[in-house]
Amino acid sequence: MAKTDSVKSPLIRIAKRSDMPRWKGWIIRLIAVLLALVVDGLIIFAIVKLNPVAVYKTMFAGAFGTARRSWASIREAVLLLSIGIGLAPAFKMKFWNLGAEGQILLGGIATAGCMICFGGKIPNWLLILVMALASIAAGAIWGLIPAIAKARWDTNESLFTLMLNYVAIQLTSYAVARWENPYGSNSVGIINQNSMDGWFPKLFGQTYGLNVLLAIILMVAMYAYLNYTKQGYEIAVAGESQNTARYAGINMTKVYLRTMIISGAICGFAGFTAVAGADHTISTNTAGGRGFTAIIVAWLAKFNPFVMVLISFLLAFLGNGAGEIASRYNLNDYAAQMIEGVILFFILGSEFFINYRLVLRGHEKEGAKA
Amino acid sequence: MKKLLAFALALVMCLALAACGDSSAPAANSGSGSAAPAASGSAADAKGDKTAVNKDDVKIGCILVGDENEGYSYAHIKGIDEAIEATGLSKDNVIIKYSVPENSACYDAAIDLVEQGCSLVISNSYSHQSYMQQAAQECPDVTFVACTGDTANQAGLSNFKNAFTAIYQARYVSGVVAGMKIAELVNDGKLTDANYQDGKVKIGYVGAYPYAEVVSGYTAFFLGVQSVYPDVTMEVQYTNSWFDITAESTAAESLMADGCVIIGQHADSTGAPAAVQAAQDAGKTAFSVGYNIDMLSVAPTAALTSATNDWGAYYTYAFNCLLNGEEIATDWCKGYEDGAVGITELGESCAEGTADKVAEVEAALKDGSLQVFDCSKFTINGEHPTSILIDMDNDFEGDTEGVKDGVFQESTLRSAPGFTARIDGITELNAN
Repeated sequence: MAKTDSVKSPLIRIAKRSDMPRWKGWIIRLIAVLLALVVDGLIIFAIVKLNPVAVYKTMFAGAFGTARRSWASIREAVLLLSIGIGLAPAFKMKFWNLGAEGQILLGGIATAGCMICFGGKIPNWLLILVMALASIAAGAIWGLIPAIAKARWDTNESLFTLMLNYVAIQLTSYAVARWENPYGSNSVGIINQNSMDGWFPKLFGQTYGLNVLLAIILMVAMYAYLNYTKQGYEIAVAGESQNTARYAGINMTKVYLRTMIISGAICGFAGFTAVAGADHTISTNTAGGRGFTAIIVAWLAKFNPFVMVLISFLLAFLGNGAGEIASRYNLNDYAAQMIEGVILFFILGSEFFINYRLVLRGHEKEGAKA
Repeated sequence: MKKLLAFALALVMCLALAACGDSSAPAANSGSGSAAPAASGSAADAKGDKTAVNKDDVKIGCILVGDENEGYSYAHIKGIDEAIEATGLSKDNVIIKYSVPENSACYDAAIDLVEQGCSLVISNSYSHQSYMQQAAQECPDVTFVACTGDTANQAGLSNFKNAFTAIYQARYVSGVVAGMKIAELVNDGKLTDANYQDGKVKIGYVGAYPYAEVVSGYTAFFLGVQSVYPDVTMEVQYTNSWFDITAESTAAESLMADGCVIIGQHADSTGAPAAVQAAQDAGKTAFSVGYNIDMLSVAPTAALTSATNDWGAYYTYAFNCLLNGEEIATDWCKGYEDGAVGITELGESCAEGTADKVAEVEAALKDGSLQVFDCSKFTINGEHPTSILIDMDNDFEGDTEGVKDGVFQESTLRSAPGFTARIDGITELNAN
């Protein structure tokens, strides 16, 4: 602790840390969430003079207050999770797939199309299988197009995937116009409302049981794929440095195409669960911005599918809780979005404290020990 | 660092503890999650015994596609408030769910409202309909209403209803306002050759979709104009969206470029009136007739008036039915006679005597002496029609006779508009 040193060094210095145990990281994240709730509480109280605790309680009741509300939150969470899982491989190799929205819609169109065309003509299990395969194929194609362009002409994948969303929305509008029921309504209505052909059957007595099961399968499979397979390793290397990957003999073209097929296919499959397992219709709102929300899910969880579960539930809770505070306290969407924004900001901020430490002048040694 | 962390942790824990201490009281009454046993009971009263319901126990749920920031839902919120006032209920009796999208979230919301004890659930957007029907199927003791819907009379469910206002009446009146203006413009010699086609004054209409609701609306508007100034011809430009400011403004511009002096609209944004105001400021002779809301704020000298709904009439009716233990009509459609439709404040540009003329027409609509779709007032392929079919089962084939006693009976067979005939004098520029 030489005096000359402390004079030269700034008051606070940022140093990278790599020695933090995992549990400590989680405690910091938890603190971040709690601090976010405190800040949110101050905002709520300052602006609308409501008891923040009552507001949180209402949000919780809105998301998990009854069995049905819980299932609505679970359904939303597993959908976000599925999309997040779909985005994970692409983002992990730093391929910015902003096109999940479109991939979901394409999967949804394929699903709805099969429901309408084959409903009642083939056995239900076969119909659901056909729907699933069609949605996977549709999503995969929508993911593959920007990957081909990237691999061949080195196009900017962010713009390309983003713009394909608009194409997908137009395709959805076209499909809605083709299938609208009743005519002139500009909406497809609930498909097979009476026969329930192509709807997810109840599983374990739960309407959304199959949604949950499929998401769990995806989660485990993606975890294994990313962590224990050669392809998963290639994705990780490509994500860290493309040059390293090339030097190591990884065929980047192949990796791009393969990964985007997988990414698009899973997003398309998520569209299938959204249409067949929840909405039973197709509209331009089927994806409803989840393709973008799921980026937060994948990124915050650092592409760990198990962590994504937590983030998905947090977002689903915030979303469904928002409706209840709107209903009860007349706090509209904007209020809920502020609460959500503050929480996400704190979680993102906490990553800084996990990855770096602040060294105060004159505390060099102590800081190093910590 | 460690100290800092420990301090932060301690702080958070203190706050958390304090928070827990606080929460027990509000928790008890904010426990909205508790299933309400009253639901089936009160509903059974309403339907079975036909007895009046105790006001304190009544719960009514409303599902809105937007919130107070969205014009269409705002009109419904106003209507709900009016009805609460008129029926002597309190705000606690009504649970409103805002910004409910048109997917399974609507079904979730409907069921959730039932679980909260609602015996009447009303949704406001068209595409909520199939989810409301699904909920109605599941909860036979609760009445579900899909406003602007059209399947209730085909659904075969006694607890599933539709409601719509007779907005065509208000459109007719707004047409009268436009007709007065045209007559004035002609008398003052303000029109140029470009404003005429075959000796008839050209007017334009920005429509959302080529569907019954819009066709019925612009036909009523056109007939209103003709009732004052018969020598007009109208061009309709579709935007293929209910709300698209840019498309509506572009459509209005192209109609004005074509020489149209009045731009009517059946789309929800302020795009068309704003475009007309801009054209007028640039020296063009053009005026706008809006929809839903008063357009004077965006088009102070261009807007003449707007046709508008007052949903308060319906909510009051529905709430009263519930309170009195009466059955709600499967298809409700009321206009001027119940104050369910009207036009907004007349703009300063309206022709002289417009207010008197409007009052006269409104009175005639109210007492039934004036029928909007009087077949002797319009022609199809040069002839006064004796038969116009309505498509009741939604397969786009007319199947039910709509003309009775020489008048097309709009919205009597079902609440949603059914007039899809294309009458002479109106040209659709981009119907597919």
